[in-house]
Amino acid sequence: MATMTFARAINAGLRKAMENDPKVVLMGEDIGTLGGVFRITDGLQKDFGQHRVLDTPLAEAGIIGTAIGLSYRGYRPVCEIQFDGFIYPAFDQIVSQVAKLHYRTQGLVKVPLTIRVPFGGGIGSPEHHSESPEAYFTHTSGLRVISVSNPQDAYTMIQQAIACDDPVLYFEPKRRYHDKGEVDEGLDLSAAPSMESARVLTQGSDVTLVAYGPLVKTALDVAVAAGDEGISVEVIDLRSLSPVDYPVVEASVRKTGRLVIAHEAGQNGGLGAEIAASLTERCFNYLEHAPVRVTGFDIPYPYSKLEMHHLPDLDRILDGVDRAMDRPNSLSSLDGADD
Amino acid sequence: MLGEDSTPHPQERSRREQSEDPEFLQLLDPSGQRVARPELDRWLADVDGEGGARVLAGLYEDMVVIRRIDMEATALQRQGELALWPPLLGQEAAQIGSGRALRQDDFVFSSYRENGVAYCRGVNLNEILRVWRGNASSGWDPFEINMATPQIIIGAQTLHSVGYAMGIQFDGADSVALAYFGDGATSEGDVSESMVFAASYQAPVLFFCQNNHWAISEPVTLQTHITLAERAGGFGIPHVRVDGNDVLAVLAATREALDRARQGGGPSFIEAVTYRMGPHTTADDPTRYRDANELEDWAAKDPILRLEKHLESRGLLTQELRERVAAKSDEVAGVVRNGVITMPEPEAMDVFKHVYATPNSWLSRQEDHYRRYLAQFEHHGASAAGHVSGGQH
Ligand SMILES: Cc1ncc(C[n+]2csc(CCOP(=O)(O)OP(=O)(O)O)c2C)c(N)n1
Ligand SMILES: [Mg+2]
Repeated sequence: MATMTFARAINAGLRKAMENDPKVVLMGEDIGTLGGVFRITDGLQKDFGQHRVLDTPLAEAGIIGTAIGLSYRGYRPVCEIQFDGFIYPAFDQIVSQVAKLHYRTQGLVKVPLTIRVPFGGGIGSPEHHSESPEAYFTHTSGLRVISVSNPQDAYTMIQQAIACDDPVLYFEPKRRYHDKGEVDEGLDLSAAPSMESARVLTQGSDVTLVAYGPLVKTALDVAVAAGDEGISVEVIDLRSLSPVDYPVVEASVRKTGRLVIAHEAGQNGGLGAEIAASLTERCFNYLEHAPVRVTGFDIPYPYSKLEMHHLPDLDRILDGVDRAMDRPNSLSSLDGADD
Repeated sequence: MLGEDSTPHPQERSRREQSEDPEFLQLLDPSGQRVARPELDRWLADVDGEGGARVLAGLYEDMVVIRRIDMEATALQRQGELALWPPLLGQEAAQIGSGRALRQDDFVFSSYRENGVAYCRGVNLNEILRVWRGNASSGWDPFEINMATPQIIIGAQTLHSVGYAMGIQFDGADSVALAYFGDGATSEGDVSESMVFAASYQAPVLFFCQNNHWAISEPVTLQTHITLAERAGGFGIPHVRVDGNDVLAVLAATREALDRARQGGGPSFIEAVTYRMGPHTTADDPTRYRDANELEDWAAKDPILRLEKHLESRGLLTQELRERVAAKSDEVAGVVRNGVITMPEPEAMDVFKHVYATPNSWLSRQEDHYRRYLAQFEHHGASAAGHVSGGQH
């Protein structure tokens, strides 16, 4: 076990994957000499050389498109998109090529590509640097989408993503990069839980709180605060956003009867909507309250002085828990007719 | 929109291209005479030398055969056996001249119209038409013939070819990746990005642009104000403009570019100036946007006719050759037709296959539900399940 930051854990995971498989190559803007704007790839070009860690021209479609060609040639590229809001130029290559090549070719062409996306807000940046675009990708079949919430998962799951024969979008909560945690670097990948699995972080009996990425830490704080008020919260770290590990969430909701989903991304057509609908379909009779979503607003990501109003925080999620628990909350006066 | 009087009609422009452009490479003039071009002649030693008759006869056979495959596919579409077909009529020299220059270990990334190239790669003929009948999203195994599944997103494959070429570089191999694309594709951002990457990394890739003068209804003049080959110059990529209806010019230019890449000289760009003599696809009606005269002009420059004139001038267009090629065409057309008509139908549950390479819980559940849904029709018949039709099956 070693204590390391989230950022360092991803770096260590990348290093391990590169040591284990000479076909793993890293590609992205500023990832070589500089080590990435967040230093996630720090030192890797120096140790593995310019052919394993490529500084690419500034062209996101170009990065993903050439990575596909490298996959055809038997490589396992790991692409860094510098910031969430810069993934859109590559959208076509991701949605029309990366996601569909395996299906198109009846399984003959594999695209074992990993796309790393630093995402989410809370770092006081200008526009395009704080977005949560995951739902665009969970809506696209053929992709796997995961998000990590702690250094150990960051370390393990980057390796699982790279080893996976399907393309994986790996969403890294950039505001957690400096958080520290224990990481077992000797961990045997085959013994680690599948990257498709969700994880129950706290056992609870009153309400299930589902979060992923940056809000997992907030959700754990919510569990403590709610516990102080006598509410027992079961926090689930989703880990995999596509597919969602519904059996784990369902077992929890059958126990608690109440569900709150939190994410930074806007609400409309978001992951929370899908989870609420799926759980309603799966265990309607066990629900004692309609599922509650606590999400970013359906606005462009605001300028940084206002971002704390947009991002779900401890109090907003607690307010959502109160709604799910039929306790007094910000919408109580609406008498249930809250929309 | 573009002013009618200030913009030259594409027809005007194509005339000017050929008569005034000193860079326009031709090794067979329209009358079929071999034109000497010292810088390119060295790539045609086999054609000009002792065994030339055999090489020329081979090229001739290929061009006639792929035209026949193309015609057969068009006919099959007209007869309702195919949903759609994108004819390559008129582009035989561009495709055979380049396709026959390749080595087995080169790797091709193409769009939908390069079926002549697929033929050169040794594709099983029955596999070409699977996609166009709607029976699958791809035909052949890319790794069997070293040619990727054709790309429908215009220009996207150029990036794939550059990535593949980067892989060749990493592997220290001397093969070459090819990107085939059209004149319209050159306007797509992916194509520009692919040239940036190729130039920066000096990747062993050949950009082979078939300028067939049209992108559905849009003339090439709408895509570019300079020649397409000149575009590549802006990226620092060696480029050449060849008569795409002259199979020898295409063959020589392609060999030269491949050799450059194999020697570590990086990317090249070939603009093969040709003409799409048919519709964009069988669903298209070109009379809505182009003059009959234009087609007539280009019919006179037919690539097969050109090669026939050349063969004739060398006394090589024998009765024996004509008969052999005709017999081969008949045979191939029969194989294609039979392959289409006897093509196995896909199974309903195939719709879920290969979305992922690894098991996926979400999709497995949908698949399982649909299997149950279908099963009720098997067990109880449509009406017992409470439906009139039993769905579309
Ligand atoms: C990204 C994208 N935009 C539009 C289309 C629709 N489309 C199909 S073929 C075509 C014209 C392409 O012209 P060109 O590149 O010259 O190739 P050609 O058809 O002449 O071989 C268009 C616009 C597409 N397939 N992909
Ligand atoms: Mg065209």
